[in-house]
Amino acid sequence: MSLVPVTLLGLLEREPSHGYDLKRDYDVLFGRGRPLPFGQVYATLARLARDGKVVAGPSEPGAGPDRKRYAITDEGVAEVEAWLAEPVEPEPHLQTVLFAKVTLALVLGRPAERYLDAQRSAHLQRMRGLTEMRRTGSVVDALLADYGLFHLEADLRWIDITAARLQPLSEEVRG
Amino acid sequence: MTADRPPVRQNDAPPLIVATDVVKSFGPTPALRGASLSVAAGEIVAVMGPSGSGKSTLLHCLAGILVPDSGAVWLGDRRIDTMGEAERSALRRERFGFVFQSGQLVPELTAEENVALPLLLGGVRRSAALGDARAWLERLDLVGLEERRSGELSGGQAQRVALARALVGRPQVVFADEPTGSLDSLSGEHVMELLVAASRNEGTTVVLVTHDARVAAFAEREVVVRDGTVGAQLHQATRS
Repeated sequence: MSLVPVTLLGLLEREPSHGYDLKRDYDVLFGRGRPLPFGQVYATLARLARDGKVVAGPSEPGAGPDRKRYAITDEGVAEVEAWLAEPVEPEPHLQTVLFAKVTLALVLGRPAERYLDAQRSAHLQRMRGLTEMRRTGSVVDALLADYGLFHLEADLRWIDITAARLQPLSEEVRG
Repeated sequence: MTADRPPVRQNDAPPLIVATDVVKSFGPTPALRGASLSVAAGEIVAVMGPSGSGKSTLLHCLAGILVPDSGAVWLGDRRIDTMGEAERSALRRERFGFVFQSGQLVPELTAEENVALPLLLGGVRRSAALGDARAWLERLDLVGLEERRSGELSGGQAQRVALARALVGRPQVVFADEPTGSLDSLSGEHVMELLVAASRNEGTTVVLVTHDARVAAFAEREVVVRDGTVGAQLHQATRS
């Protein structure tokens, strides 16, 4: 199940809610500068209702396009539980752009080390942004920034070890 | 090199620290093979590079701890590498603060006495020095630990005491060599946050040697030392 439907379902497991409130909570917790369009919220809720994961109450008086209160069903709760319990597929990233760039540069006799330096610098620039977010943001911000920082750090370790192995790599790929 | 002024690029603010073509060998082993670096006043720069690349040697040359075999090192308009030992020693005490990986506190002294030490060595009265030391301990989240000796502090606390000692004399430059190298990652980040905050508040220039990208990301700019030279410097962040 993709991220938006299951996180909306999860928010509904906490308590029944209107579309507007769901969107607001989603944006605060998961949006990170990419707010969910209202249209997507209501389309998603309609699909979840069709599939029996939520039920919509009657329209309530008040302003706004949709004053229905949505509640999660037992099937919806099971869906959230299954999603949380299922480990995410570890991605080995064996066909990365970085790997392809280094290999192609070596095959062509181009300066792979210079490309790696540029990549290291770009990674550190991004890490500076995340470090600032971590330093000045909430605990939720820090948690998210840490996720990015650890992944970028792993890339950097690969960049450093690749830079140290360019000579034998070059000999191997150029035959 | 015999220039009597540090080299300055046109249309640039004069840098605080300039090293040009610094060469340094230890016996037959070359550590620096013509390293050049420029650091602006108030800037926080991370010096990165593999083990043995020469990054610590570069820091020691910039800080006047080591004298280069050739090349020049400037602090403002003062040339450091041609100074005598006594003059360099005074410069280090008056203008620089140092933080190393670990083991730098005097074990017989309390935390506040350790922090006050540079001031006492500089001739400040004991009561004034201890007052300044306590203020810095408070800024670095160490209230209540003033009377403890280094053996009674955690690694992170001891490193914050060392940081307070580096900052207490309000140095122009703090040189930090793997300052979080002996700490777990949360303690290390705490030390770095405090170092960055103090630097920004005081306008202190920081030269930070680290192999850790997460630590380097606290700096505004990184340079990479490889085989004794400083590589291209591609990005410079703006200070927020």
